[in-house]
Amino acid sequence: MTTPNNSTQYTSAEMMTITAARALTNNMTCFVGIGLPSEAANVARLTHAPDVTLIYESGTLQTKPDVLPLSIGDGELCESALTTVSVPEMFRYWLQGGHIDAGFLGTAQIDRFANLNTTVIAANHPEGGKNGAHSYANPRVRLPGGGGAPEISTNAKEVFITVKHSKRTFVKDVDFITTIGFGRDGKGRDNLPNIGRGPSIVITDLCILKPDPQTKELIVTSLHPGTTREEVIEATGWEVKFANTLEATPMPNEKELSVLRELKARTEKAHSAQEAI
Amino acid sequence: MTTFMTLKEAIATYVKDGDTIALEGFTHLIPFAAGHEIIRQKRRNLSLIRMTPDLIYDQLVGAGCVRKLTFSWGGNPGVGSLHRVRDAIENDYPCALETVEHSHAAMANAYEAGAAGLPLAVFRGYVGSELPLVNTEISSIICPFTGEQLAAIPAIKPDVGIIHAQKADRAGNVLIEGIIGVQKEVVLSAKRSIVTVEEIVDNLDVTSNACVLPAWTIDAIAVAPEGAKPSYTLGYYDRDNNYYKQWDNISRDRDSFNQWLESHVFAQGDV
Repeated sequence: MTTPNNSTQYTSAEMMTITAARALTNNMTCFVGIGLPSEAANVARLTHAPDVTLIYESGTLQTKPDVLPLSIGDGELCESALTTVSVPEMFRYWLQGGHIDAGFLGTAQIDRFANLNTTVIAANHPEGGKNGAHSYANPRVRLPGGGGAPEISTNAKEVFITVKHSKRTFVKDVDFITTIGFGRDGKGRDNLPNIGRGPSIVITDLCILKPDPQTKELIVTSLHPGTTREEVIEATGWEVKFANTLEATPMPNEKELSVLRELKARTEKAHSAQEAI
Repeated sequence: MTTFMTLKEAIATYVKDGDTIALEGFTHLIPFAAGHEIIRQKRRNLSLIRMTPDLIYDQLVGAGCVRKLTFSWGGNPGVGSLHRVRDAIENDYPCALETVEHSHAAMANAYEAGAAGLPLAVFRGYVGSELPLVNTEISSIICPFTGEQLAAIPAIKPDVGIIHAQKADRAGNVLIEGIIGVQKEVVLSAKRSIVTVEEIVDNLDVTSNACVLPAWTIDAIAVAPEGAKPSYTLGYYDRDNNYYKQWDNISRDRDSFNQWLESHVFAQGDV
């Protein structure tokens, strides 16, 4: 048996990825976003969930990439997939058709009701209901946009989110809802037919947050080792609440760390191999 | 029936100023050579459609060919922003750029509706998103059977659809393998279509379920070896991820972009 305290040292980014990976179980079908979600999903596949089904919006079904893709459609995803379908088929049959257990997303901004913004950061901050169309018309930073996320969030059975924790990212109200969590009042999924149950877990480099069963506001349910409540409060843009029984997130084990590090080393090597322009 | 042409002839014949054009290829098979030929022929006031604008639309926008962009994810994948697109939106440089923003599901459905000859796409989408507040193309429709409210958007029907593919046979039938994206849909939804291919072969050697576009769906086929670089063509060459990273520096600055444009596009002849 290993003794994690003295045999494993890790960064907060590694803690986040490995904790996010643990959200996936072996029997799940997961629609994977690029970046942090893709990293976590592949760590899950290479550790405790070897049979997890990973699907990317480029149409690759049941893919097992050896290195992380830089884009959503790298050749690696297609060549290691069971099969590859067209993009319309991906969204119509596989996602909208109800075959996805979990959507795994990242974001640029997230609010207390787990709404995601990947569209614009507003020039004027949105106090007083100036978000939405107002923010769109007054961008300070233009982000890439929604891509697959708006429908992944509503058509997958549940949604996992992983994102680095900071006051810039965790805001009280997102400037623009690209992708719904629970809406601006927490009731955005109520009384709708054919909609998934939405975000069930948010994994950051500091903690785990989950929606309150009644209000749907995100509350901290688990602190990562070494993180204090004050650090989480300081990095969150609203008066964040903590669960009555706050858990301690288990530390990464040696296998998880070595799998993650080897994956990242392989990826770095593969992506820097080509010649200069 | 399709005609084999040089790329220069194909663009000169089928792409006009003011046209609505879709160059597709979902990460894979992006028709860069065709895009560069459009830049060389100095087309103007184009309305461009593409799910993921990518570097090729950054280049077309930066070169001043474009007045309107319809898209669903506008970034440099895994790297960051499209700086030429941002400069056009934020500073009207080199000219103003109107944008229409959708989600991937919406555009995939709209291409499929266009290919199917329908006026609109109906799908379960945009629930709770604020994109309908800023895009007048997003509407809704009530299912006459269940009463469910569904998203409705106009079908995509470009004047010209342009794709890259692995190969064509001598009759002009085209084989597409790997990530096939909306390649078939954009050709079938467009009034006119151009396909660039890596090579012409005697026989496509296809399996029964291969993605093949028959010759009679395509107006022009042009041979463009490595015509998708720095994206990739499965079976021929890999995606040049390092190029995508370097593009961030080249495109960030107007002068370095214009220098790149001179040396890598205008100084090159027809392929």
